[in-house]
Formats: sequence, structure tokens, C-alpha cells
Amino acid sequence: MPDFDVVVVGAGPAGSMTAKFAAKNGAKVLMIEKRQEIGSPVRCGEGISRSWLDSVGITLDSKSIARQVKGAKIVSPNGTSFYLSEKMAGNEVGIVIDRIFFDKLLAHDAVKAGADLMLKTSAVKLLKSGNKITGVKVKSFGETKDIKAGCVVGADGYESQVGRWAGINTILTPRDITSCFQYRLTNISHDADYCEFILGSAAPGGYIWIFPKNEDTANVGIGMQLSKLKDPGDVKKYLDRFIQKDARLRKGRPLELVSGAVSICAPIDRTIGDGILLVGDAARQIDPITGGGISNSCKAGKIAGEVLGKAVKEKDFSEKSLQRYEKGWRDVMENHLYRNWMAKEKLVTLSDETFNKIITTLNEVGVEKMSTFAILKAIETKYPELVKEFQDFL
Amino acid sequence: MPKDLDELQADVTRCMHCGACVGSCPVNAIYLNEVVLEFNDDCTLCKRCIKVCPVGAIKLIGGR
Repeated sequence: MPDFDVVVVGAGPAGSMTAKFAAKNGAKVLMIEKRQEIGSPVRCGEGISRSWLDSVGITLDSKSIARQVKGAKIVSPNGTSFYLSEKMAGNEVGIVIDRIFFDKLLAHDAVKAGADLMLKTSAVKLLKSGNKITGVKVKSFGETKDIKAGCVVGADGYESQVGRWAGINTILTPRDITSCFQYRLTNISHDADYCEFILGSAAPGGYIWIFPKNEDTANVGIGMQLSKLKDPGDVKKYLDRFIQKDARLRKGRPLELVSGAVSICAPIDRTIGDGILLVGDAARQIDPITGGGISNSCKAGKIAGEVLGKAVKEKDFSEKSLQRYEKGWRDVMENHLYRNWMAKEKLVTLSDETFNKIITTLNEVGVEKMSTFAILKAIETKYPELVKEFQDFL
Repeated sequence: MPKDLDELQADVTRCMHCGACVGSCPVNAIYLNEVVLEFNDDCTLCKRCIKVCPVGAIKLIGGR
């Protein structure tokens, strides 16, 4: 007899949403978190859009919202800005949140729905019977114990161990990894109404972001493609160099340091097995262009929780039963992830000069919707030769 | 780990415990339990972790 129907490893957005919807649908759920505080330390730029929150049943509390912005400002290497309204700016623009409160809010929702929750509790090994996952060995406040479960959910983030232990291939190649560093800088004079994205060689294979937290404080961060890094600590050095060159930021001082990595890969082949399911960053469900993962994590978490609810009722946690999750999340985001991965593969090859041309053209021609297709159509009017490289998308 | 004495080590005063190296390791040779970063015997010294570390906290300690 299992101790729980579902054990969720990791209490970030993906884990809490899975736990919430599994519990809501009748599952006996335990969520474990290795850290001593949910939402801390932050490893995130904290930009999200409003558009998807209702569909997954999230109502933000006032503490979770740090700043509401009007839209995005895309800056080319020569300093030209292109403004996008919130509506057009995609999944990562609209609100800058406080993860330290946002993650707690989602964990609260999971607990309210009936999920159990333990902190300072790490998964150290999966329990197996043949190929079937039957539970997880944990270390909780120094004590080791086995917890038997119908299904183990790996919501353990970029560094996911659960998937690897279960034999699910989540290994990334260097060009599908972005290494990130961020300061929460205060005493700066940025534009507090826009989330800013700086393109080009300031951040090879990635971008620099300035996401406002309030009038004189922002998350100023950088993501760089691993295959473009040369020396140890390059990521922080590139960001420091950028900040020193920018008169708005130079006098800023850090309130917080954040580091981490993000997957920017094509959708992986498999995220389930007998008694096992991966969700969020652990399932590599990150947008390969923006590096944003919160919206996809929450959407996939809801689907996972609902499928697990059904699995509990049917007493069937086999791979076949969990196939409904595999299909469910792919129906919602697989095409988008794949297209954006292909676009990313092109974007990382563009020169500063090309980025300058693109931003200039977008300003001249305008673009009605922030989609790859719409942008390429706009550029085609002025630089058809540039768009030739992207023929696959048109 | 290869038989010579080379090994990778995290400088604990520089490490941010962010897990960038853990998720990037192709052979799952790094384990991070909250703040303790450990390399195990599967390490092939590919040095990907040295590159991916945003703050340059991982170093190859030479044995040869």
C-alpha cells in the first residue's frame, strides 16, 4: 500500500500546480522541497504576462506583483528601441513578479487543495520494482526514509535528478543551454514602465534584460548560450561590462545576486514512464527564445495534476495511463516550443548589423502581432535577402 | 574519474548553489544538496561545468 498516490519533488510553480490539481481531483499528495523556504533563493528574471493566469486558475495576490509594465522594449546593438505593447509582447511581459511570494502563493493553493508539504527534504534516490517507479527515498532534516507512491513527479527544475534516475533522457547539448546571471540593482534610472531586452554581441547567443521591480530598482540580467562561452565566469563578466557602459545602471548597487541555467532545447522525446512524470524545467518545457518557463510550467502542471487525478480513480499509474499527460502538454505547447527552438537556432547566428536592420525595419514597417511569422513578413518588405534564411517559417 | 589525480572542485566561497553545473553535466556526476556540491566517480573531466558556471566557481585541481 503506497503512502501517497503522488509525491511531487520540488515546490516551484510546476510542482505546486501539479500538487494542487492532483489533490483537487482526489489524489493523496505529498510535495517535498529541499530548500528551507519556498521561493528562495530566486533563480528567475521574474517577468510574466497576464494572459494565461486565469486559464490555470491563478489569482495573484498584491505581494506577488512587484510592478506592472506597459510592454516590452527591444533594443538593437546600436541602441535603437522598438516598443511593443503588453498585448503583443508574448508570454513573458506584463507583470514583474516577486517569486519569493509568488511561489509561496502557489504552494499555499496546493496545500489548500489538500496536498501535504515538507521542506528541507531532498529526494536522494528513486524506489523501483523493475522499470516501475514505486516511490522515492528522501532525506528529511537529516533522517533518511522511503516514501512509497503510485507516481513520483519530477518538478525538480533545471538540475532535475528525478528524470535521470528514472532513465528519461533530459541531457542537453551546449547549444541548448543558456547560462545566466542577474543583479537586482537599485539606485538606477531605467524606464520603469517597460521590460527591456537588449540583443546582440553584448550577450552572445542570448540577451540582456532589465525588468523593473519599482521606480529605481530592476532585475538586470544576462543569458548566454553555453557554446558561445570561453572563459570561466564569462557570464558575470559580460553583465558587469554592460552595466559599467550604461550610464543609467552604472551607479546601481546590488540588492541580490542570482545565477542559474536554462534549457533552450527542442521538446524532448519522453516525459513519462511507469509511475513517473516530469513537469516544468525538469521536462525542458522552457521557451527556447525567451528562456521563460513559468507559464508553461503552470499549464503543464495543471494538466499533470488532472491526469494524476484520473489515474488515482482508475488505480493505474502505468506509462499508458500517464500518456494522457504526455499528449495533453504537447497539444498545448509542443508546436510553439519546436518553432521557437528552430527560430533560436537562427537567431544565435545573427550579427549585430543584422539585428540593427531588423529593429530599424520593425520601427519603419510596424508589426501587428509579435509572432515569428509577423516579424518575418515585416522584414521581408525591406530586406527580402535576410528573410531567405528563415524560409522554413513562412 | 580517470586514474590520475585531476579532479573538479567548487570554490565554496564563490559557488551560488544554483545548479547550473548539475543540469548541464552530461553524465550526471554532480550532486547538489541545498548548498553542498559534490562530484562523483562518473566525472569524465569534460569541463562543461567550468564553462557553464555563471560565476566561475569550478576549477580543475591538477594532479599531474
